[in-house]
Amino acid sequence: MSEIALELRGITKRFGSVTANKNVNLCAYRGEILSLLGENGSGKTTLMNMISGIYYPDEGKILINGEEVVIKSPRDAFDYKIGMIHQHFKLVDVFSAAENIVLGLEEQGRYNIKNATQRVSQIAEKYGFDIDPEKKIHEMSVSEKQTVEIIKVLYRGADILILDEPTAVLTPQETQKLFNVLRKMKEDGKTIIIITHKLHEVLALSDRVAVLRKGEYIGTVITSQTNESELTEMMVGQKIDLNIKRSEPVNPQKRLEVKNLDCKNRDGVKVLDNISFEAYSGEILGIAGIAGSGQRELLEAIAGLQHIEQGEIIYNDPKTEKSENLKDKTPLQIRSLGVRLSFVPEDRLGMGLVGNMDIVENMLLRSYRKGKSFFLQKKEPKTLAEKIIQQLEVATPSANTPVRRLSGGNVQKVLVGREISSSPTVLMAAYPVRGLDINSSYTIYNLLNEQKEKGVAVIFVGEDLDVLIELCDRILVIGEGRITGVVDGRTAKKEEIGYLMTNSNGGKDNE
Amino acid sequence: MLSTICAFINAAIVQSIPLLFGSIGEIFTEKSGNLNLGIPGIMYMGGISGIIGGYLYEKSADDPVPLLLVLIPLISSLLGSTLLALIYSFLTVTLRANQNVTGLALTTFGIGIGNFFGGSLLSLFGETGSISLIKTGICYKTPLPFYGKLGLFGETFLSFGFLVYLAIAIALISSFVLNRTRVGLNLRAVGENPATADAAGISVTKYKYLATCIGGAIAGLGGLYFVMDYTSGAWTNNGFGDRGWLAVAIVIFAIWKPKSAILSSFLFGGLYIICVYIPGLSSSAKEIIKMLPYLVTIFVLIIISIRQKKENQPPASLGLSYFREDR
Repeated sequence: MSEIALELRGITKRFGSVTANKNVNLCAYRGEILSLLGENGSGKTTLMNMISGIYYPDEGKILINGEEVVIKSPRDAFDYKIGMIHQHFKLVDVFSAAENIVLGLEEQGRYNIKNATQRVSQIAEKYGFDIDPEKKIHEMSVSEKQTVEIIKVLYRGADILILDEPTAVLTPQETQKLFNVLRKMKEDGKTIIIITHKLHEVLALSDRVAVLRKGEYIGTVITSQTNESELTEMMVGQKIDLNIKRSEPVNPQKRLEVKNLDCKNRDGVKVLDNISFEAYSGEILGIAGIAGSGQRELLEAIAGLQHIEQGEIIYNDPKTEKSENLKDKTPLQIRSLGVRLSFVPEDRLGMGLVGNMDIVENMLLRSYRKGKSFFLQKKEPKTLAEKIIQQLEVATPSANTPVRRLSGGNVQKVLVGREISSSPTVLMAAYPVRGLDINSSYTIYNLLNEQKEKGVAVIFVGEDLDVLIELCDRILVIGEGRITGVVDGRTAKKEEIGYLMTNSNGGKDNE
Repeated sequence: MLSTICAFINAAIVQSIPLLFGSIGEIFTEKSGNLNLGIPGIMYMGGISGIIGGYLYEKSADDPVPLLLVLIPLISSLLGSTLLALIYSFLTVTLRANQNVTGLALTTFGIGIGNFFGGSLLSLFGETGSISLIKTGICYKTPLPFYGKLGLFGETFLSFGFLVYLAIAIALISSFVLNRTRVGLNLRAVGENPATADAAGISVTKYKYLATCIGGAIAGLGGLYFVMDYTSGAWTNNGFGDRGWLAVAIVIFAIWKPKSAILSSFLFGGLYIICVYIPGLSSSAKEIIKMLPYLVTIFVLIIISIRQKKENQPPASLGLSYFREDR
């Protein structure tokens, strides 16, 4: 192996009474891609934040190229040629790409944005990025923003790049592009540390894998000498079953019929075009598609949150056996029929949870109408909150901790747990496992399966095609707001779905 | 007719200068993400500090030197307004107090200080009457030496004291600094997204403090101009009126652009006194016309809200305090 670029010795970091990292030892070589693997809350990001100067370790040493260094601020980190690409992009929306890239730099000579623009283009060319340096950030897609972040650290001459869950928001194609770029950087002699919990990416990309569990360093393995189950075991501390149990739908009944649905977004652009499908009780209907193809609008239309231009949504009530058109109903009426939406968008707190309220109060948000007296009754939601915390293993100091203080994955568990607990008849879940670690992801899949076995019509919008194929009974593929195909989850091939996702001119059911 | 128009333009410029100082100061402050509603108070503070400095010098010196007559009030004014801005920065940046509450409290405080010293400065030194710094006023009002040779143009545009030109120069310099320099880029980043600026190695605290204090000092000059030039060295309690709030309104009207603030200030200054130049207005009609600047501001707010252009929005983190480890 070549020389060691970065070494951590005995790093410990505490936040109040919580120990985020405990005696972590780690080293990364020049010209390698090191994966940092661990579950949510295992302290991966905290550890990397100490290298990039956001936090300062309580104990331990950081060595760069064999010399002990003190990194007290992001600026110090730049001086040691360390650059971190955060999960939440640190970009100024109203600035152009080039302006963001030179932000905070103290270069020689006068400030000249034109020179900077040129240098950005050169870097982009060298590593094969696709970017317009003069484009404003708020006009960019997520993947373009990520590119800006990466160029930003390269522009500063970083030799050690840390990427915090870079693929969480990317499509499979964009992920491939990113991996190619990372490989080029590795050939260029750079050290790349990538934080992730997607095992197949770890195996496909990295040279070595370092595993953290509950803030402690477990070990480092060479990627070519390991496999998924060994890594999972290191990560979780026990063997877990990576298979999703899929049962045959029992007594499927038409629960939801969507007929010729058209919707427009706020700018008047058609986002759903002539959508028709049926969802049955006791089955999981998957929805696949490139992000932003209309999945969100479709679910919102069913939940009554989106104005419907044309078409009908017929709901067959299992209790009264009556058919009702959801188009004319308010979101509240739709909810009381048992149609539940657990929408988990990029901004997990944006929909469904109130960040400053604690878990109990967030439970109460869905049940306060049941209360008969003037005062709030917290007993029931409290029981529910504790049940969810226990069942889904939500890492929280108590049920009275504000949701905003929980980590992303835990917030998600609270949201999904609450929606499932209301015993729905239709359960819609969009990206319920985004950003979740393996263990919690499988907990959620199992919860969805449980609901299915109870006779709930489950609609699952997912991004991981492998999971969709394993979990769903039928998969609806959407491309640019149109249905491009419906496939059987048991027989479908990943490539077939991928083709339908990008081919929006199909428009015919080929079930 | 022409002379009336020229007189109106001249008066509009005179009226606009306190507004211009105030709005440039506030733009600078807001670009760092600090919504300093203490600006009206700071402008009072700038005025009264100048008065105090000028009074002490005029009283102690038998034969005051013109240069010192200008410099001493100028420096004491800058000190006074910077002190208030520093209090604001300490409360909102270091202690992370609510910006709106802090700002409003400072406005009340600044106006109170102004009126207190304005009313009691003379009696503190055993004199009676009202403050009138005639010599200082004359120095501040000295126009450009060659203005008389340029006829009506000179009368209209060049007959002012040096603070008028300083105001316009500061506005132009601010525009350059904000848009064309690294410091400006960093400052705007702090106001838009302090976490990003922090991660880029910019000291958010330093920029917020500096921008707020410099902004406060600039705004304070508006108060100084008012008492030294506009009222020729005399202090009247509450004489400065609500010009401070107008300055805050101009910031919105000019969509946070210093160059637009120059024109906006002229416009608002004109609207402020146009009622005097329209003959035959009843007193109630005058009051209605005085409302025009505020109506125009509301109108502009509606327009920029409808158009939703990202570049025309206030700095994204305006009014929010920043704490690095608050995730």
